[in-house]
Amino acid sequence: MDKAKMVKIYRKMLEIRFFEEKVFELYGQNLVPGTIHLYAGQEAVAVGVCENLREDDYIVSTHRGHGHCIAKGAKLDKTMAEILGKKTGYCKGKGGSMHIADFSIGMLGATAVVGAGLPIATGAGLSIKLRGTDQVVACFFGDGASNQGTFHEAINIAAIWKLPVLFVCENNLYAMGTCQTQVMLLKDIAKRASAYGIPGVSVNGNNVLDIFEVAQEAGKRARNHEGPTLIECKTYRHKGHSRFDPATYRPKEEVKAWLEQDPLHQFKKWLLEAGNVETTYLDQIEKQVITAIESAVKFAKDSPYPDPHEALEDVHAEWR
Amino acid sequence: MREITYRDALREALSEEMQKDETVFLLGEDIGRCWEGAFKVTKGLAEKFGDERVRDTPISESAIVGAAVGAAITGMHPIVEIMFGDLTTLAMDQIANQAAKIRYMFGGQVEVPLVVRTPFGGGVNIAAHHSQSLEAWFMHIPGLLVALPSTPYDAKGLLKTAIRGGDPVMFCEHKLLYPIKGLIPDEDYTVPFGVAEVRSEGKDVTIFATSFMIHKALEAARMLKKEGVSVEVMDPRTLVPLDKAKLISSVQKTGRLVIVSEGCKTAGVTAEIAAVVAEEAIDYLDAPIKRVAEPDTPIPFSPPLERYVLPNEKRIIKAVREII
Repeated sequence: MDKAKMVKIYRKMLEIRFFEEKVFELYGQNLVPGTIHLYAGQEAVAVGVCENLREDDYIVSTHRGHGHCIAKGAKLDKTMAEILGKKTGYCKGKGGSMHIADFSIGMLGATAVVGAGLPIATGAGLSIKLRGTDQVVACFFGDGASNQGTFHEAINIAAIWKLPVLFVCENNLYAMGTCQTQVMLLKDIAKRASAYGIPGVSVNGNNVLDIFEVAQEAGKRARNHEGPTLIECKTYRHKGHSRFDPATYRPKEEVKAWLEQDPLHQFKKWLLEAGNVETTYLDQIEKQVITAIESAVKFAKDSPYPDPHEALEDVHAEWR
Repeated sequence: MREITYRDALREALSEEMQKDETVFLLGEDIGRCWEGAFKVTKGLAEKFGDERVRDTPISESAIVGAAVGAAITGMHPIVEIMFGDLTTLAMDQIANQAAKIRYMFGGQVEVPLVVRTPFGGGVNIAAHHSQSLEAWFMHIPGLLVALPSTPYDAKGLLKTAIRGGDPVMFCEHKLLYPIKGLIPDEDYTVPFGVAEVRSEGKDVTIFATSFMIHKALEAARMLKKEGVSVEVMDPRTLVPLDKAKLISSVQKTGRLVIVSEGCKTAGVTAEIAAVVAEEAIDYLDAPIKRVAEPDTPIPFSPPLERYVLPNEKRIIKAVREII
């Protein structure tokens, strides 16, 4: 990997982290309606996967989706505006935090029904196969979603038809407050891949370079018409499930141990020690990211809310 | 004009649209060359278009519809066959939460050109899991269009409109309609959504009926004519969008309304149509609205039991007599 790519990965991870910290802050100021599911702590997954994707590749996202959007190249200002419910947001304020989409960059949208994205990703893969292009789809979902029937149905179909899909399970150990050990006997969700006759890989979800490599391999397989791969990224969310969930169901030692494995800090350390990147250069990037996010916040705050009657628009397509 | 069956009319629509547009493809259980559809609608299509475009799937309704949604938002025009309407329940998240809402939720960025064909209705003694009529469920989900062709002409014309449109369409067929015959033109044609058809003109009472019940209503109208009662039979053809104007103008003319539909009575199609007329045209009514639907029970198996719950011409005639 060249230096420019490494720095780009760092910048993306930083954008997500600072973006989420800003969303949390705005939420505290009552500027974000509804609820939020923050991606902080899981940045390595979205960035490690999406850095293998082209603009015409697709991703399918979840309720915890801000990081996926940013990693795929969504604009910070339109993303922030959508989260604030503004007219200038990606979905004109109709979707909000849990339903951001940008079809111009292959971001096929976030579904807030746990597990519902997997069949949609399979369908995008089928579409690619039928159109005969070499695009791929990355489908993000959590450990909780891997217990839905759609996980079984969608991966099986993708497997039998050899569809170009990367099923990326972000195992952050908790489905809301329910620990993985309460709801499955397997330690490694990736082992479920063998039930469908496809490769399954468990990877350190806090190590962006490891994820990048695994996703690169899965991407090659997909583009070579060899079918889907199940990638389990073992990671941890820094905040609670949603809003002000204090996540007291997580043991303190566990939280401490994971925070010490912060994906962003680890990668920064690696860049400085092994990647031959100067501190001053990273500081400069940090400043640029802060400025970009401040500008996105300003855009979102200054934008108008939608006109109430717009609630009636966009239900149906225009009739041909 | 030529006479063909409802089944063949559907197949012609599929075949012609697949011929015309290579993004149109079919997926469903047992629709391919081994079985060719539980009701043989897709007979010969795998031979003609290949297994890639006429795809047999595993028994995974949720992923079948979900995959169709994913294909629809990435440039394809999938047509799903769900073998029995009752089994749409297995795909309800993908239908109601994904297909129906994606366009809206994402601010109109994308269309979801998806057709789900499925047969509803009772009358063939296959009991509670294969005989329901659930079209009212779909009427209740904004974003879905709901079509119910009652003739071969409409089957072909409405299906073509559904395929060419940009919305998810729940295309509700009826098991007892597949063998019925009717005239269709030789040339390409479509039937627009939201335009009701008066199947029989009359002045004393309006019977609003859907799908197979149109034929029961027409039979009832013929029998009532012998008693000197002039019946207008109205077929909405699509429930979403609904041709309210034509319904109301018929009620304005006759002053009496009987609504007939399979599916149970409570919160069903008949309830919604009655509510529309009560809200927008009550002043035109000279008598209470009558509804002929299934009682609030599952569909039973044994023939005398099933006959008892399904609407039929006798029950329609009885309802008409009560308000004439």
